[in-house]
Amino acid sequence: MIELDDVGYSYGGGELLSHVSVRLAPGSFHFLTGPSGAGKTTLLKLCYGALTPTSGVVRAFDGDLRGLDRGQTALLRRRMGVVHQDCRFLDHLPLADNIALPLIVSGRDMAQESANLKELMGWVGLTARADARPPELSGGERQRAALARAVILSPDVVLADEPTGNVDWEMSMRLLTLLVELNKMGKTVLIASHDLGLIRAAKSQVQARVLRISNRQLQLAGADL
Amino acid sequence: MLRTVLIGDTQADRVVPPSGFTAQLTLFASGAMAFLAVFALALSLASGRLADRWASELARSATLRITAPEDQVAAQTEVALRILRQTPGVARARALSKQEQATLLAPWFGPGLDLDALPVPQLIEVKEDEQGYDAAGLRLRLSAEVPGAVLDDHTRWRKPLVDAANSLRRLGWISILLIGGAMAAMITLAANAALAANAQVIEVLRLVGAHDSYIAGAFVRRFTLRAFIGAGIGVVLGLAGVLLLPEASDEGGFLTGLGFHGFSWLWPLLIPLLGGAVAFAATGLAARRRLKELS
Repeated sequence: MIELDDVGYSYGGGELLSHVSVRLAPGSFHFLTGPSGAGKTTLLKLCYGALTPTSGVVRAFDGDLRGLDRGQTALLRRRMGVVHQDCRFLDHLPLADNIALPLIVSGRDMAQESANLKELMGWVGLTARADARPPELSGGERQRAALARAVILSPDVVLADEPTGNVDWEMSMRLLTLLVELNKMGKTVLIASHDLGLIRAAKSQVQARVLRISNRQLQLAGADL
Repeated sequence: MLRTVLIGDTQADRVVPPSGFTAQLTLFASGAMAFLAVFALALSLASGRLADRWASELARSATLRITAPEDQVAAQTEVALRILRQTPGVARARALSKQEQATLLAPWFGPGLDLDALPVPQLIEVKEDEQGYDAAGLRLRLSAEVPGAVLDDHTRWRKPLVDAANSLRRLGWISILLIGGAMAAMITLAANAALAANAQVIEVLRLVGAHDSYIAGAFVRRFTLRAFIGAGIGVVLGLAGVLLLPEASDEGGFLTGLGFHGFSWLWPLLIPLLGGAVAFAATGLAARRRLKELS
């Protein structure tokens, strides 16, 4: 599904990642952990083609991302749902349109998709907030909306960057449950998080592999997690 | 992309937020430029008409001036007319009457001029046919048989006048090109400002899988329509200004002839289309350049 082969990434003369190799198999569930600034977000960006590795190869769906033009990169992102820590909404659009954004930009017939959109908004518990603008939403609502937007095109992979970073424990568990449900539907899930409590909680619900970035390198986390 | 501009995409238009001041800037810039373009076009067309008229009306005529002692004028005139009738390429030649010569001099001497009191040379109007005559050969023959004759084929003063009119015409077209360039520059600046203000929107759209053409299309469509509407308003105002110019008349000279005649009224209608095309190209280039800077 996604494979990083001896990947290195440098920025501004400093090396952020070095000799990173990992394979995310279809339907697998991974956590990516490490201290702030360790390179978790960078690694996620490498996965969805927002960054290009300075060495090594990133493959997604059996294709080398280096060979993709801008149009192919856009198509790749429709197969990968990305949840950003800061959510990144279009503030001038109501929530329903923000969630439907991937459908809109891919030219889907919105009249035909309205039922799916309603169902998805119900799944994340935001039906009543459909007309609200993003600035009016709470942190938890924003994260759930970002998750809904990430999965509306039914992508094969869900990449989430600190999805519980700005919410309380109860909301973290709710989001985790949604991500586990997605994984049970067959989606590959990679969550970047420094919240060890969340990771421990997840391990009781799903068979998750925990990867840790330490000293620019990726390691499989030990039994302490 | 042209198709999406013409047909439109309601959804795509909604995802790009309203552009604020850049909308008014584009409308104003394209309107002002179109207004100026109407006058430049009117100037260019009027100069063209003038150059054509001077060239065609004067090119096939010449004047033979006979300056001789009073008792020889009639005889030399007769000889000159005979020579002219025998010259291949001369369609007709006739001596101007005293009344006609007085009319020609009236602007300088006033009406009621008595030519008998002045030593005015006799003028012969010469019209050439399609083939034209050999001016050098005719001058040679006249110098031998009519010593007081001077052939003026108007080249000396016609050419600078036609050149001046043609220069004015070129100036008009250059002005139109410069106006188009300035309009492109202003719309590019406005588009760049809108793209910069919406950098975060563009980034989100890229992240959710939007193609560059989709994102660029939303901006291009918006700026093209604004430029088209602005230029349309500018053309209407410009045409109203041209209509308010004084009527052309025989005494009016060149400036009162500044305007459009017949089918040339249709030319200004192209300005909004060209304005839209300029905006389409300028915004498209700006958007593509900006999008390439994003991952």
